[in-house]
Amino acid sequence: MSKKIPEIPAASLADIAFMLLIFFLVTTTMDVDSGLRRKLPQWVDPSELENDDRINERNVFVVLVNKNNDLLVEGDYERVENLRERTKEFMENPFNDEDLPEKEPKEVPYFGEVMVTKGVISLRNDLDTKYGTYIAVQNELVAAINELRDEKAKEKWGKPYDELDEEQQKAIQTIYPSRISEAEPKGKI
Amino acid sequence: MSKFRKDDGKELPPISTASLPDIVFMLLFFFMVSTTMREVTLRVKMHLPEATELSKLEKKSLVSYIYIGEPLPMYQKTFGKAPRIQLNDQFEPVESIQDFIIAEREAREEAEQPFMVTSLKIDDNTKMGIVQDVKQELRKSAALNINYSSRQRTER
Repeated sequence: MSKKIPEIPAASLADIAFMLLIFFLVTTTMDVDSGLRRKLPQWVDPSELENDDRINERNVFVVLVNKNNDLLVEGDYERVENLRERTKEFMENPFNDEDLPEKEPKEVPYFGEVMVTKGVISLRNDLDTKYGTYIAVQNELVAAINELRDEKAKEKWGKPYDELDEEQQKAIQTIYPSRISEAEPKGKI
Repeated sequence: MSKFRKDDGKELPPISTASLPDIVFMLLFFFMVSTTMREVTLRVKMHLPEATELSKLEKKSLVSYIYIGEPLPMYQKTFGKAPRIQLNDQFEPVESIQDFIIAEREAREEAEQPFMVTSLKIDDNTKMGIVQDVKQELRKSAALNINYSSRQRTER
């Protein structure tokens, strides 16, 4: 009878596995990256920039943030908490107010002819504005538009905007466009 | 004939540990699959702002990161306290963002290039001046999809 090869002890297997496990436990980061998604405007050469396409004063929602992180909305001081309501009112213009943006009729799939706002949000900040404040303001502006879209979607299809298919989302996007223009900051406001 | 006799032979058998490695391996595989290694070591202080209207970054392979913030204490002797831009593993001036974007673009397949996103990880306390410069550079290099990285705000 040939010599039997002794069995390899498996008692330390668990220890080795534990060591690996602890290594992965320590190095792992479970956070999902998320953030505010924005699209920057195309680069235009400053020399080619023409200022002739003036937008009507009532169609612009001016938001200024100064270096002390104060907010000036349409000429008066405002708190970040109230910004969302103001923006919604501006974009919706429910009573066709004279001071709020004009509307133009537009053919939208699913909805037929709808009065679509011509409003533009203009956000301008100082060079010394804190980034945190800037994001808070951006967040409120995006939230206002998202809420309006959500309301429209619920009114028409009875479900939130996120659950609509692509065509339906496009239709709602035409009704409530996300037009946030970020002008280049001035040194002082 | 004692009353307190041990009933030998009836002791509980020790719990078998033969399946322990299997359980540990199962956990190990879970962590190995779910883990994402940090690609860069942060050299700047990073406290992200909070927001509610978040969207997730879906394709990690299409994301390039730009970090901006105050250098960590150990680098402050050489780089000072003013917010700096970190690309990959080192501090870079604003001008090198264009090169960085081109390099990132070249590393991807051509069909995927239009879907690339630049994630801006910027510290809460940074001034907008430097952020604005970065944004202008991004516009010049036509990297228009950006994502302001932020944390989910917990409802008050």
